[in-house]
Amino acid sequence: MVIHVGYFSLVLTFLVALYGAGAAAYGAIRRKTEFVESARHAMLLSWPLVTVSVLAIVWLLVSGDFQVRYVYSTTSNDMPIYLKVTALWGGQAGSLVFWSWLMAAFASAASLRKWDRDRELLPWVVVVTMVTLAFFLSLSILFENPFARMWRTPDGSQVTAMFQHGGTMPLIPIDGRGLNPLLRHPGMIVHPPMQYLGFVSFVIPYALAMGALITGRTDDRWIRISRRWTLVAWLFLSLGLLLGSWWAYDVLGWGGYWGWDPVEVSALIPWLSATAFIHSVMIYEKRGMLKQWNMVLIILTYALVLFSTFLTRSGVLSSVHAFAESAIGPMFFGFIGISFIVSLFLLMRRWGALRSESQLHSLLSREALFLLNNLLLIGILVVCVWGMLFPLISELVTGQKVTVGPPFYERATAPLGIGLMLLMGVAPLSTYGRASWKPLVRALLKPLAASLLVPLVLALRGITNLGALLGFWASALVALVTLYEFWRGAVARHRRHGEILPLALWRLAGRNRRRYGGYVIHLCTVLMALGIIGIEIYQTETQATLARGEQLTLGRYVMIYESLAQFDSPGGRHITRAVVSVYRDGKYVGEVYPRQDYYYAPEMAVTIPGVRSTLEDDLNVMLVGWEPIPTEGTTFKVILNPLVNFIWLGGLLFIFGTLVAAWPDRKS
Amino acid sequence: MSSVDLSDPVADPGSRVKFLIGGILIVAAIIYLIASSTKATAQYFMTIDELIAKGEAIVDRDIKISGVIIGDTIEFYAKTLTLRFTVVHVPADPDEIREAGGLVEVLQQAVADPNATRLEVVYIGPRPDLLRDGAQAIITGRLGGDGVFYADELLLKCPTRYEGELPIQAVEG
Repeated sequence: MVIHVGYFSLVLTFLVALYGAGAAAYGAIRRKTEFVESARHAMLLSWPLVTVSVLAIVWLLVSGDFQVRYVYSTTSNDMPIYLKVTALWGGQAGSLVFWSWLMAAFASAASLRKWDRDRELLPWVVVVTMVTLAFFLSLSILFENPFARMWRTPDGSQVTAMFQHGGTMPLIPIDGRGLNPLLRHPGMIVHPPMQYLGFVSFVIPYALAMGALITGRTDDRWIRISRRWTLVAWLFLSLGLLLGSWWAYDVLGWGGYWGWDPVEVSALIPWLSATAFIHSVMIYEKRGMLKQWNMVLIILTYALVLFSTFLTRSGVLSSVHAFAESAIGPMFFGFIGISFIVSLFLLMRRWGALRSESQLHSLLSREALFLLNNLLLIGILVVCVWGMLFPLISELVTGQKVTVGPPFYERATAPLGIGLMLLMGVAPLSTYGRASWKPLVRALLKPLAASLLVPLVLALRGITNLGALLGFWASALVALVTLYEFWRGAVARHRRHGEILPLALWRLAGRNRRRYGGYVIHLCTVLMALGIIGIEIYQTETQATLARGEQLTLGRYVMIYESLAQFDSPGGRHITRAVVSVYRDGKYVGEVYPRQDYYYAPEMAVTIPGVRSTLEDDLNVMLVGWEPIPTEGTTFKVILNPLVNFIWLGGLLFIFGTLVAAWPDRKS
Repeated sequence: MSSVDLSDPVADPGSRVKFLIGGILIVAAIIYLIASSTKATAQYFMTIDELIAKGEAIVDRDIKISGVIIGDTIEFYAKTLTLRFTVVHVPADPDEIREAGGLVEVLQQAVADPNATRLEVVYIGPRPDLLRDGAQAIITGRLGGDGVFYADELLLKCPTRYEGELPIQAVEG
């Protein structure tokens, strides 16, 4: 019953989406508002309809209806309820429905917006979102049906099908195969939904851009409407990346926060073009420039979002993320290709109408520096695309597959990253229009001089790594310039209005939320840069086999192996757990419990490090081996990651900064 | 300002040259970065058959290989963190894999096939959780003169662990 309701709700949504797209296009072309209005209702209806399907899947997952193939392959009886719910995005079929559900949520929300001033854009927003939704639903209905059940045929073989065929009997397993133990982690609750939200929410800015191209309304209206959508989409995308990184770091323990795995790279790529976009739209709004370029960026971002989903879901790449081989690859590829070509065609048609309203005058003007920022971001994007496609290209050209790994990405992106940091230090002090270098240098002088003190002091204290010094210097420059900007603005308000400084600061940010929210985000990149320098350059490690009571030293830490215990635990696990006391500079600071969980159901072990985490560093103690007789010793590996928590701290502040930038202005 | 041709984003010819040169320099720098980094870090990606066929010619060069782990051969010496195991050849071509009945099938066949090419691998480090019989491995390292592959990095995948075959144990409904 639940199965049928869920499935037919998917089919119904598919039909509603197709109807919405058709009615909207017809209404727009024939100027029949009642059709557009009806299409808008269809769009509003899409989310409640997919919600029925999602609830059906969750019901099946939680109740453990193992005849359903998807439930069987992603859950098991021993899993806690929260993990059964998250299994909704634990596999291919569920993920696709979840994708559709989030997209429908954005579509429904967009339909509720007041469109009075932008009547002509609405139908095309409906067309773009509903066509995309219909595409994703068709994948679920035809290829990756989460409601498909397992049957036994009379000759004893097993088939998977939605409906019972003649002579088949239902096949109901006693227990499911369970979620991959590596996915049984709190990261599973937050990372995939954020990543997906980031992906799907770009459909709205993209749809508005397409609306502007189709209707020829190429002023900055579409950008003003999509501004907040874009920032929210960008926030989700950034959080998706950060949470994935945090999860990897937590599960892998020894510093695997970012591995340049192809799927990671493919998720970073749309983020890069989106970041370029949120910078260059400001030039579009403020100066009426870079209009064509902005269109290119939003089209590119959306195509890359789809491409990233395609790579994750199709199994094309050799990657830890490429879970399953799938039949949906060619369909996906076709959809991306068609939507990309149609977008480019629409862009070409309006190319002339998107010319700039003003010119670049100076290499040091703010618009020129924004352009440079775009160039560097796109440079990193090209590096990533090249690294990802290089094996395919080399195989085509030479017949021999040649790959590039993390060293390639690190080497090629580090200089561009430093360049971006320096820009973040300089650009906020620049001015629009005919900027000359003198006032810029004058404004820059003080923070620049102060920032040089940082590498100087560090060098005197014995830090000799050139990359680290350069990184610390760039970080200091960005931090000083940004804080200086806050200070300058607040002091000016304080003088003019006589406000006390905290109030002046508050009002300052309130008057120009995007600017000061952006500055907060710049400060986050400084924090993250500190964390990255710490883990990349100053990570240290050691290992030893210890008998009870013996100790091991790493930097300022001494660890003493106290005991080892083995026991069964709920969730179908057999746990081996060590107790290790930690001393820092000779002072006892606590115990850590490195362990290994062995899962009986999928016969798989998961190593979980014992971590002592402070802002200064993370001490990871891993249990890598033990003898049946404890006197023979237990082997530990210890990794010390200095400053790494600044990455996550930066992430928290990042949310705050984006919210400041996206917060609605008071209606004037 | 409004008298200048609107189609041209850069005002006067003098600064147009400046912008052009600046842009070209940056693009050239990016291309150089990509080219030099590729050259410095590129690794051959080979199947085990290809590796054995090249033999001596590629001893001590950075290489990436793919293969399947044979569970019985895994040995781990915790005291020295030394991991030894044997991998067996699997085809890398997606079409070939599809024809043979999919990845899961190919991996199982490879492990069972006594005639498939095998290679001994040594890795120094903790034993990865996913290291098990039938797991697909992507291994970065060098082929030593002794015919053993010395790995720097192991990437392991168990396709059956994600979404796999149909159940063995079941009750009839």
